[in-house]
Amino acid sequence: MTSFSISANSLQTEPLEITHQFIELCTPRIHLDVEGNPTVTSDEQVKVESTIEHILETFLENHEIDTTLPRLNRLQIVDFVRHGLSKLSASYECLDASRTWVCYWNLHSLELLEVPIPDETKNAVISFLNLCQNPTGGFGGGPFQYSHLAPTYAAVNALVILQSEEAFKIINRNEEGAFALHVGGEVDVRGTYCAVVVAKLTGIVDQKLFSGTSEWILKCQTYEGGFAGTPNQEAHGGYTFCALAALTLLGQESKCNVRCLMRWACNRQMKFEGGFQGRTNKLVDGCYSFWQGALFPLLHFLLAKSDQYSEALDAKRWLFNQEALQEYLLVCCQHPFGGLLDKPGRPRDFYHTCYGLSGLSIAQHVSGSGKSSIVGSPTNELALTHPIYNLGVNAVMSALNYFNSQPLRI
Amino acid sequence: MAEKSKESLTDSSDEGSDQEPSYIFYRDRQEWSDVVPVELHEGPFPVVAIAYSDRFKDIFNYFRAIVLKNEISERAFQLTSDALELNPANYTVWQYRRTVLKGLEKSIPKELTFVRTIIEDHPKNYQVWHHRRVLVEWSGDPSSELRLTEIVLAQDAKNYHAWQHRQWVLDTFKLFDHELEFVERLLEDDIRNNSAWNQRYFVVKQTTGFTEDIINRELSFTVNSIKIVCNNESAWNYLRGILSHCPTGLNGHPIVEELCQFLDENKSEAPFYFAFLVDRMEEMMQSDPSKREVLLPKADEVLQLLATKMDPIRREYWLFLSRYFNSQFAI
Repeated sequence: MTSFSISANSLQTEPLEITHQFIELCTPRIHLDVEGNPTVTSDEQVKVESTIEHILETFLENHEIDTTLPRLNRLQIVDFVRHGLSKLSASYECLDASRTWVCYWNLHSLELLEVPIPDETKNAVISFLNLCQNPTGGFGGGPFQYSHLAPTYAAVNALVILQSEEAFKIINRNEEGAFALHVGGEVDVRGTYCAVVVAKLTGIVDQKLFSGTSEWILKCQTYEGGFAGTPNQEAHGGYTFCALAALTLLGQESKCNVRCLMRWACNRQMKFEGGFQGRTNKLVDGCYSFWQGALFPLLHFLLAKSDQYSEALDAKRWLFNQEALQEYLLVCCQHPFGGLLDKPGRPRDFYHTCYGLSGLSIAQHVSGSGKSSIVGSPTNELALTHPIYNLGVNAVMSALNYFNSQPLRI
Repeated sequence: MAEKSKESLTDSSDEGSDQEPSYIFYRDRQEWSDVVPVELHEGPFPVVAIAYSDRFKDIFNYFRAIVLKNEISERAFQLTSDALELNPANYTVWQYRRTVLKGLEKSIPKELTFVRTIIEDHPKNYQVWHHRRVLVEWSGDPSSELRLTEIVLAQDAKNYHAWQHRQWVLDTFKLFDHELEFVERLLEDDIRNNSAWNQRYFVVKQTTGFTEDIINRELSFTVNSIKIVCNNESAWNYLRGILSHCPTGLNGHPIVEELCQFLDENKSEAPFYFAFLVDRMEEMMQSDPSKREVLLPKADEVLQLLATKMDPIRREYWLFLSRYFNSQFAI
């Protein structure tokens, strides 16, 4: 299986020919060099690479028969997430405190697939989410649960996707408690991101609410360049996204160490698999297609604003390999019955479907330049996602317009 | 982010647990007969409707009832245990349980044992670790925490929650005495364990700080590690982290110069090494413009090599740096 790998020692001899084996912009894939020192980390990595190599081999054979591959199995994915929006089996009891999340994940997947949501479903979602909202402000993960920032973010995002006045109207913006960190709950960058997004989207930002916030977020940047959940922890894709997105909304993104962040983010793309890992020396996972992938539009806009770096940017490309990520998602992360997954061999779920599709959308489009790069069938193209909110761009615009025209009643 | 969902192909497992002989429904218990259960009100058109098992419904119907009554009692406490067994991710139940714990002045050691069992079954759950932390805050006794996190890390040496809890305990109660040894043991097991490298940085930062001696010690440790396994990003990131506290920067420290010489002589082709060389050249061009004429073409050559052969997945990044260098350092 030499076509996907180059060995390190080929370097000094012939220049490597980049062959376009199955996709026009296909990148040569390089295996981990264990250097005769296997450890738990390298054993796991080698296993994943070999599984993926096998999948790619099979894919190549299929591609010879049908050159329009790889194809996103739209119908099956829609079926999976539509079903998940209505009824769930008892095995989902573990998500009973995250039901607003399940709403958001599935609605966002439908939005990216450009599937219209019938009014009946819209109304059902609105009345359900209204039951999750508490009179003291904020949403719980389900009806009759305490308010918490994470399900509040999910509920507000879900309502924004519906893009209707009925949906916007139910959000109670006048109870400040909703946007303080959950009483008695944990504090981390995730909570900060959720609070800033909800406040921005619903137009309730004031200076006092977020004084000191960006300073605290900046303390979470580690020596590696990414951000941790709290100061001193390990740099992590999910938290790095939350940190950079929140800093961007607060207008303080250029205060972080940009070069160090850029290096860390670029290094998270796996040189064999093409997908992203969450942390240094961890395994690839489809959900980081969004958490890491969305860092690149944010970095791109940050660099474009800087006198020093703007000239060096390529306006038509993000700073990662967009085609390799699409290949990973389309070839290795699709479940045969619809839905996306972490990595081959893992079960499908709504979370990985939502964030896999979101990452795919980012890899397909360089927003601002109007450039797209669609790997495989042209029908694979998804709607644009907003890299800060992870919502459709139109949905974000209509929410901002609506709430900014509604005076607060405080 | 939010708890990852699971999907099982069969739903039969839940029915099995309903029929456990030892379980008596709350609705059939004499001591609960004074409580009117509160059914989950989902509206006429429920969405994301979970097909709850009878047992799940039974327990949560009574849980809602006691929360509405704000009942602080032993039976309420037991009820939260049952509810958490079914769904340890329910933060509302944990929060209510803490209210009951406080109200009844329950034994904290017993509660530590309870949460420890759940942590061992659900080591990646946010709520269990948060509960553990609150208990330690209440008791002021961190004596079981290092051992607990060691047990969890023995299963998964990169568990983010366990590391977070461990860092909090170490920092709050100043328990750093043997932490560097612990980190070294982990790195001996797996030199690629990035969580352990991060912990090493944390220990140095919170204890000795980055004095000259400590910088030398850490550089030697890292350089020795890189000489054995060169394609280990964790070690290279750590090297840069330590050098950020070093007045000489990436250039000039004898331990670093010796490493570069060693890798050069051994004809290393590790992309991390070449990436490091690029950054060294950038630093030199920045501080000494007279070197630009010689170094710029050299740096550009390495960047093209990285972009096309050594690290083509990051082609865009290397080409960006190439354009950036040319815009900044061209004579």
